[in-house]
Amino acid sequence: MLKIAKERLNELYAKINESMGLFIPIKRAGEVNYAVWGEGKEVSLETLKTVKSPKNMFFPQTENMMQFKTEGKNIEIVDIREEYKELRPFVLFGVKACDYKAIEVLDKVFLADPVDTYYQNRREATTIVTLACSRPEESCFCGVFGIDATAPTGDVTTWLDGEYLYWQVNTEKGKALTALVKDLLTEGGEKEVASQQETTKTVLEKLPFANLDLSRFKPENLNELFEAKEWEEMSEACLGCGTCTFVCPTCQCFDIRDIKTNEGVLRYRCWDSCMYSDFTQMAGGNNRTTQLQRFRQRFMHKLVYYPSQNDGLYSCVGCGRCVNKCPQKLNIVKVIKTLGGKNND
Amino acid sequence: MKDVEMKMLERAKALLESGEVARVIGWKKGDFCFDPAPASFETVEELDNFVYDYFCGANLSKYLIQMSKKEGKTAVFLKPCDTYSFNQLVKEHRIKRENVYVIAVECMAKLDIEKIKAKGISMVESVEVVGKEVKVTSAYGVETLYKPDVVLTKCATCTKTHQVKDEEIILHERPARDVDRFEEVAKLEAMTADERFAFWREQLSKCIRCNACRNVCPACSCVKCVFDNPASGIAAKANDDKFEEQLFHVIRAFHVAGRCTDCGECSRVCPQNIPLHLLNRKFIKDIDNLYGEYQAGETDEGKTPLTSYTEGDAEPNDVMNGEAK
Amino acid sequence: MINETLIPKIGVVTDIRKDTPDVKTFRVVGTDGKKLFEHMPGQCAMVSIPGVGECMFSITSSPTNKEYMEFSIKKCGCVTEVIHAIEVGQQITVRGPYGKNFPVEGDFKGKDLLFIAGGIGLAPLRSVINYVRHYRNNYGKVVIVYGARSKDDLVDIDEIKTEWMNEPNMEVYLTIDRPQDGWDGHVGFVPAYVKELGLDPNMTAVLCGPPIMIKFTLAGLLELGFDKSRVYTTLELRMKCGIGKCGRCNVGDKFVCKDGPVFRMTELDELPDEY
Repeated sequence: MLKIAKERLNELYAKINESMGLFIPIKRAGEVNYAVWGEGKEVSLETLKTVKSPKNMFFPQTENMMQFKTEGKNIEIVDIREEYKELRPFVLFGVKACDYKAIEVLDKVFLADPVDTYYQNRREATTIVTLACSRPEESCFCGVFGIDATAPTGDVTTWLDGEYLYWQVNTEKGKALTALVKDLLTEGGEKEVASQQETTKTVLEKLPFANLDLSRFKPENLNELFEAKEWEEMSEACLGCGTCTFVCPTCQCFDIRDIKTNEGVLRYRCWDSCMYSDFTQMAGGNNRTTQLQRFRQRFMHKLVYYPSQNDGLYSCVGCGRCVNKCPQKLNIVKVIKTLGGKNND
Repeated sequence: MKDVEMKMLERAKALLESGEVARVIGWKKGDFCFDPAPASFETVEELDNFVYDYFCGANLSKYLIQMSKKEGKTAVFLKPCDTYSFNQLVKEHRIKRENVYVIAVECMAKLDIEKIKAKGISMVESVEVVGKEVKVTSAYGVETLYKPDVVLTKCATCTKTHQVKDEEIILHERPARDVDRFEEVAKLEAMTADERFAFWREQLSKCIRCNACRNVCPACSCVKCVFDNPASGIAAKANDDKFEEQLFHVIRAFHVAGRCTDCGECSRVCPQNIPLHLLNRKFIKDIDNLYGEYQAGETDEGKTPLTSYTEGDAEPNDVMNGEAK
Repeated sequence: MINETLIPKIGVVTDIRKDTPDVKTFRVVGTDGKKLFEHMPGQCAMVSIPGVGECMFSITSSPTNKEYMEFSIKKCGCVTEVIHAIEVGQQITVRGPYGKNFPVEGDFKGKDLLFIAGGIGLAPLRSVINYVRHYRNNYGKVVIVYGARSKDDLVDIDEIKTEWMNEPNMEVYLTIDRPQDGWDGHVGFVPAYVKELGLDPNMTAVLCGPPIMIKFTLAGLLELGFDKSRVYTTLELRMKCGIGKCGRCNVGDKFVCKDGPVFRMTELDELPDEY
């Protein structure tokens, strides 16, 4: 175990930034989100939940894919990803256990055959430094999905207390990063980390959502859950906005669109939401015309469809962002409690 | 607040039992003391989950667009500020007025759980309000907060009184408040153009284009928003921190100008806490200055300054200069 | 050449055939004059006019055609409208092939096959029918029932009349919805015609057409004693990526672009009713 004094963290960031990009929770206009580090930026590792998850490091909210130059009847395709191919390696710093698990969920989508090379390029260029939680809050329920908030993995795991950031190397990538900053790190911290983990665990056990029952969310109950009459009551206040989707670390739906620019046609992709009314709109009709259907799709996908495609892995990691951010206070926990099983009462 | 809740529940029960209404729109209990959700209640049994407390900040008026088209009457609880949105929607023929039974209820300024948490309090178990004090009990102990520090932004400068006529009212007498809702706008106006531009760029850079502000807004009642319509030529979903993309909010503010009642839901729902209401409030302030004082939603009829012409109307030049005649 | 999943190839339209008032068939090759890529019957491709949009279409030509691909496209939205306006020589973009094909090398082998199509629903079936014709000895008897609103809406009628109807051990039944001058064939809806024909329920059936036609035809087939596990159809939902990632065509635990578009009726029975 290695460590660095808290007041020297800026030196650590600067050192990393000399040879790699650094994405880290940064406070801007009052809110904390992952952003590029630079001198003078206000880093906030203490923030439990960034508004947006770190998923947009690999799967940006908007990503330019290619460009088309047209002349007469001819088309030329320009691969505009040179910028990514040359993208210098970067470090994603401060990822919580839930968000780290969410990257695994995304990997199963984007890295499954055929591989999404846009995602893959960014993913491979990244070294992930996770940060254990020490003060979980009431909306957290990662434990329900088997996640240990006190011991995330990643390439390097860190723990933060009042004085130090503790540093544990997990992988080759982590080793390389550690070599880069070794002059700033000193030995020690096992005891402090163990004691922090113990304290945090007692809080985790007492969290109000610690014992959610997921037992009914199984592939064999797919149709029964789909037809549950409770969807109507659960979805009636839904505004059909994309807040839950966009703050969610595992939501991965996207749209592909073309836009005409001075340099030709730019094809880009952007986050999309199954909660939006036009998500499934076709020239010939729409297979989800009501908000009930769209609401159901989102939660069924997370709790039933995705797991049945991925060996039981849920596409929710219990980060609780939707619990905090839904404008009308609807969220996945309310769905789990309503449909999950008798032990939720 | 407890007595208001009791009276509301009583009325809801009576209305459902008598069959006078087919459903009641209110709030149902959440998992915590701070997350009640809007809900409709169709039977007396369902009312077991009914709640009305300091966290019932949502404006229920927009739900009536759908609900008032359903079979049977819908009763709805509206806080003073919500009644303005209701009137405006009636005026715009979005709500079938005859199918709605309004009960105006006391508000007493709602609390913002995010502001409470921002004080460093988590694991909140209960919240009690006594006068200007908010006693928050959490797993880590009890803390007392000054209420004006932790109310919803929209409540902080609210002076609204209920505006729906001929309906039932469950209200306490409330002394008039001496607050100036244009104070923040004036601060922005006092900035140089560059400072103001920087302020909005910084704020709008956070936008994730979730459309919560639009979808919650009672003035945004288009069946199909121009930004969702692929045939409009400007359909957009992408978020970008290019300024072009951020213009979405400016365009939206223009669309609702003269009809925005300043209900403040846009800022309440914004996951990135962008003070969107200030854009609308700037329009309201300008309309007041250019056309004389006007409050959208004060009544459910009559002409509005931006949709009617009078000979004395401000000329484009006056508008450019930001001055009334 | 860029070889990436989401980056398309450039195709050149070398021939445009007007099949019906609202269906055109486009012949496409690569810029080198050769076929863009190989596919199997039932698979689809994303076709796009940059700046207008990208849409999924089934590849109408048979894989046994080694020279070019064809797409029969009905004009019914923003993208197809623009596609219908293009001229020979126009370049478009194509990526694929996507999705699962009909089991022409699996369950179909050695079987008697029944193809039932309505309107533009013939497009995906044309590929498999011509594949079966090419490898005629691998399959038993072939029966085709094809209907459209009017005689002018029958897609590929020339090929049907000159080739399919003259193929040995292959029966073709055409029908149109309402009587029409110059039509002396059968008149009536496809589902009713299928029942009238009293088809052999031991055949393996493939249905393609508007949802309402599928629904009633399937009911008719079941009445005749067909087994659902030997009835196939194709689904069509909104798609953007074509590779099971964008989430749009998800129904239940399936992505239509990746796990479909070809489904057995028994598979569809297990899906939530949302397609």
